[in-house]
Amino acid sequence: MMRGKEQIFLLVAIVVAVALSFASGAFNRYYLGIAVDVGINIILAVSLNLINGHTGQFSLGHAGFMAVGGYTAAKLTLLYGALLPPAAQPFLFAAALLAGGLVAALAGLLVGVPSLRLRGDYLAIVTLGFGEIIRVIFQTSDFFGAATGLTGITKMTTFGWAWALAAVTVYVVACLVNSTYGRGFIAVHDDEIAASAMGINTVRYKVTAFVVGAFFAGIAGGLYAHHKLVLKPDGFDFVRSIEIVVMVILGGMGRTAGVICAAVILTILPELLRGVAEYRMIIYALLIIGLMLTRPQGLFTFGKKGGA
Amino acid sequence: MDWFLQQLINGLALGAIYALIALGYTMVYGVLRFINFAHSDVLMLGAFSAFYLTPIIVPMLGAQTVWTALAVILLSAAICAVIGMTIEFLAYRPLRKRPRLTVLITAIGVSLFLEFTGQHEKVFGAATKPFPTLLPKRDLIFGALHISSNDLVVLALTAVLLVAMWFIVQRTKIGMAMRAVSYNEQAAALMGVNVNAVISFTFGLGSALAAVAGIFYAMRAPGIEPLMGVQPGLRAFIAAVLGGIGNLPGAALGGIVLGLLETFFGGMPGLSNYRDGIAFALLILILLFRPAGLLGKLQMEKV
Repeated sequence: MMRGKEQIFLLVAIVVAVALSFASGAFNRYYLGIAVDVGINIILAVSLNLINGHTGQFSLGHAGFMAVGGYTAAKLTLLYGALLPPAAQPFLFAAALLAGGLVAALAGLLVGVPSLRLRGDYLAIVTLGFGEIIRVIFQTSDFFGAATGLTGITKMTTFGWAWALAAVTVYVVACLVNSTYGRGFIAVHDDEIAASAMGINTVRYKVTAFVVGAFFAGIAGGLYAHHKLVLKPDGFDFVRSIEIVVMVILGGMGRTAGVICAAVILTILPELLRGVAEYRMIIYALLIIGLMLTRPQGLFTFGKKGGA
Repeated sequence: MDWFLQQLINGLALGAIYALIALGYTMVYGVLRFINFAHSDVLMLGAFSAFYLTPIIVPMLGAQTVWTALAVILLSAAICAVIGMTIEFLAYRPLRKRPRLTVLITAIGVSLFLEFTGQHEKVFGAATKPFPTLLPKRDLIFGALHISSNDLVVLALTAVLLVAMWFIVQRTKIGMAMRAVSYNEQAAALMGVNVNAVISFTFGLGSALAAVAGIFYAMRAPGIEPLMGVQPGLRAFIAAVLGGIGNLPGAALGGIVLGLLETFFGGMPGLSNYRDGIAFALLILILLFRPAGLLGKLQMEKV
């Protein structure tokens, strides 16, 4: 029953995204750029929501996965972009995004394994450490441009790519969590001990959450790289991870619709505050504190939690 | 051998600073069970307090002596203690009964607020400022060994502070109350412990230590800026987890271990670029084998 509705949603969303993308010449470039940012942030927030919200494993390393995906994809298009005819470019981009996602998923597997032994703050610090290690590796590796990063990346991310992939992310995460299999994520989140006593393989669920979450973060990284055209290791630091965490928490942990709203608002908000540029990050910080004091359950949480 | 001793002294001095910061993290964790992300920015505020106080204090006391340095350090510590208690009162106390994650995000918010406010041109400004000389620095030379007199002062003062901390926590009434709240907040409240006052005191104490650490850190760094607390704060946080968060001797040990490792790896040719990564890699390795940290006790989860 749910499945049919979700498939229709996915189709409609992708068609709308691609159709709008063809008409994108009609829109202001600046707004279009922000719209792409919003799409990328939706992917990041929804994928982190699978780890932090649905499965309850507090991860602070999402920017690390994003960096892995972004660097992998960008390096691939930089290496092979010139060799291929223009007609093949979209396929190359798709392959690069997929490769970025897969390498990030592998990184997710590496982080997921320690998560079996650690919980709470310890897990948070290990994921944070992982993100920092990734950044240091990119910062020191000449192959990835060291501290200057990668430049000269071709613009390939369009509105259609970003939003279609955002729709796919929302679809996959929703299907995963709402399936019979996916109830396990919520069980691990609600009470790990009880879940394992009921015969749920908590280890497998935790690792799956990390791998799937990292995969989509990697794709978002690839989109980001081909949108901003420059990749710098500094752009993937701890603060970036925090931004994504804030989206998930403001949206309400484990509530996909709320998380999407929060991703949209938190991407647009800094742009709206451009008029008061020097105060905008101060306002952003105060907003986080204020919201936590008044609506800690998330901005868009009304009533009881019901599925994704 | 000389190289080894040289790195040992440098590492110990750096580790002592990490230890002082880590104590603040671990104490707050002990009573409130959350990671106070704003701690690293209190450290920055400590360094800036000293920056603004030094030109005022030195003329007041005449010449620049050990006493002016001490006065600046003590006043900065007092200022930061008040700031720490204020942060706790305004941002964390209303959230006392809420999930810890909520408090964690609030702490991140407070941290961002302090950093961005500090970067505003009407406050500190984003540019790096040279830190005033608090103590005239001398290089003591023993054979091939160059030891900065500042490093020795840092080591000595840290040792004094660590002993003082041990005394406060283990031998005074307020220390006993801190341990009681850390053990079981509700039971402590029922026994007549003023929990709010104890938590406030803990924040004050931790922030004062952070201020001292911030000044020491600034003395070794090329200058001070509003984001200066982020890196040492992160390291100290690792140190606290490494030693077993909530455990005071663990935090001191973790700080020293981290400082030594960083200096030794940083000093090795070819590895210096990876210095930042090595601290974290090591942390992950240690946590894999001792998930509760070096001195932490693994708590069994009960159903």
